[in-house]
Amino acid sequence: MSFEDWFRHDRLPHIFCAGCGNGSIINCALTAIDSLGWEKDNTVFVSGIGCSSRAPGYITADSLHTTHGRALAFATGVKMAKQDFNVVVFTGDGDLSAIGGNHFIHSARRNIDMTVICMNNQIYGMTGGQGSPCTPSGALSTTTPYGMDENPFDLCELAAAAGANFVARWTSYHVKELTRSITLGLQKPGFSFIEVFVQCPTNFGRRNKLRDVESMISVMRDHALIKEKYDRLVAEGKPIPPDMFVVGNLTNRNLPALGVKK
Amino acid sequence: MTRVDFMQGNDASAEGGIAAGCRFFAGYPITPSSEVAERMARRLPQVGGTFIQMEDEIASMAAVIGGAWTGVRSMTATSGPGFSLMMENIGYAAFTETPCVVVNIQRGGPSTGQPTLAAQGDMLQCRFGSHGDYSVIALSPSSVQEMFDLTVKAFNLADRFRVPVFLMADEIVGHLRERVEFPDSVECIPPRPAREGKLPFEPEDDLVPGFTPFGEGHRVHVTGLTHNEKGYPASTDPELHQNLVIRLIEKVERARHEIADYDIENSEAEIVFISYGAPTRAVRQVLLDEPGKGFGHLNLRLVWPFPENLLKKFPNARVFLVPEMNMGQMAREIGRHTDLPVVSLPRIGGELHLPSYLIEKAEEYA
Ligand SMILES: Cc1ncc(C[n+]2csc(CCOP(=O)(O)OP(=O)(O)O)c2C)c(N)n1
Ligand code: SF4
Repeated sequence: MSFEDWFRHDRLPHIFCAGCGNGSIINCALTAIDSLGWEKDNTVFVSGIGCSSRAPGYITADSLHTTHGRALAFATGVKMAKQDFNVVVFTGDGDLSAIGGNHFIHSARRNIDMTVICMNNQIYGMTGGQGSPCTPSGALSTTTPYGMDENPFDLCELAAAAGANFVARWTSYHVKELTRSITLGLQKPGFSFIEVFVQCPTNFGRRNKLRDVESMISVMRDHALIKEKYDRLVAEGKPIPPDMFVVGNLTNRNLPALGVKK
Repeated sequence: MTRVDFMQGNDASAEGGIAAGCRFFAGYPITPSSEVAERMARRLPQVGGTFIQMEDEIASMAAVIGGAWTGVRSMTATSGPGFSLMMENIGYAAFTETPCVVVNIQRGGPSTGQPTLAAQGDMLQCRFGSHGDYSVIALSPSSVQEMFDLTVKAFNLADRFRVPVFLMADEIVGHLRERVEFPDSVECIPPRPAREGKLPFEPEDDLVPGFTPFGEGHRVHVTGLTHNEKGYPASTDPELHQNLVIRLIEKVERARHEIADYDIENSEAEIVFISYGAPTRAVRQVLLDEPGKGFGHLNLRLVWPFPENLLKKFPNARVFLVPEMNMGQMAREIGRHTDLPVVSLPRIGGELHLPSYLIEKAEEYA
């Protein structure tokens, strides 16, 4: 099989804007799933509400497109009722960490056996560009017209602190690395959390001086600091360049997990 | 051989779930329903099922829907504030035709209200609480035996109609201890599978689609958006939306006389009590205390969809008296279906109507 076999061809065209990064992430996820030879009959996709949460609707497997913020709670029900299912969740930064924040920390705390892919475009895409808990300080959105004055969440730190077994961060530029990371996450018993910074030209880019897709992607590329390099700089006591964010497999451990297939 | 026990209503409801084949329970503690969850936590692992205590009731309802789509009979139990929190996902269950059971051991509201005292204040919320138009099924037990029997029945109705089914009990019945008989086995009617070639949301003649649980190769996409028979979003088509919503209401409402569940006493009566849940016990006492007065009684074990034809079973009725532990929620519904006077006898605060009070009220119409 190829990842193409996982697409619901009869659902095309999709609803994503031209230049949106969500499609690349879905490709990476399906490539990873396909490379493991996972079967459609025991793989279930779950999502909440938002542009990113439309992903399962384009995949030919059993799937639940649920209520805003609640994807992880629905997914917990699927996994706990039938532990032999592989459960993969697609979510957005708002879906996961605002309305769904409580479910996020508790799913990580339970270390429940599922893989969560968060497409973090740092804004509310579907509802037209309002601020999210991941909107960077100073960034413009329709509800932060004078610049975001709250601190953003670090979703990876949150997941790791709450108890997830596998935590990684990449961007929609890093398709190879992301695919490898998702593959690791899928195989890891327990809660795997993969955050992907993704371009949303329509709502984030347009308001924040990143009008075209290319500039959005190059900003992500240029500000991504590979974890190994970050660790080296820290070990050598060298300064971390400002405005950089760490990418890589950040947490990889084997704490006791819930719902692991017997 | 039947086993006889003496137990609390909440425990009997949990046992009803187990007997009906419920193998997944997700819930969050709240008085006066917590014993249902506590018993499920003990019992489910013994029968190969799973109990999980979620972080809140929103999550509990979500998990129950997720569980139900794996084809496992799933339920939760809650009370007032938790029930309010479940509402968005209850609407999701109705719209996605997810069979599941919600036990509501009602307490006094609004808000945190009276956590330890009984009420029937959520009768309209269970029917209308989520946004949009839809229909559901609600049962109302008035004894510990019925907590068991109606929980079993709730699962069968949920599977047959693919709707959330509510067990609308109250604190009195939930905490009451009574003799209860457990049969060796109960009737479990599984959902009708989808026929070959049928789409996941394509209805049969009874307007209910065959069920396509996960893991059986249906590759079903379930969404809370307005969807076509394939299950794909189609949220901007006015006609499709209208047809879908009407079908979801009709599949339940059309069956209301067939699934009606009730007791009738003295159908020749002129003065007729209508009750459900704990007040039924007070009315029964009235009929025992005053056999000569010829009062009639309609006890509803199934309250939604409202079986309005039952009112015709009292051809000589002059007045319907409706004692409820709310300010007249079902009395209002009954009034919609008859030209006769419908007298609401509300009792809130946590205590049941005294039989003497009901007799006094009835005599005003003698
Ligand atoms: C209970 C509820 N509140 C609000 C909404 C409206 N809503 C839909 S999508 C969305 C935000 C989505 O943002 P995000 O999760 O970041 O996903 P994105 O669209 O950016 O991929 C909101 C607020 C809703 N559907 N339900
Ligand atoms: S609004 Fe943004 S996130 Fe949504 S589809 Fe368009 S580009 Fe993608």
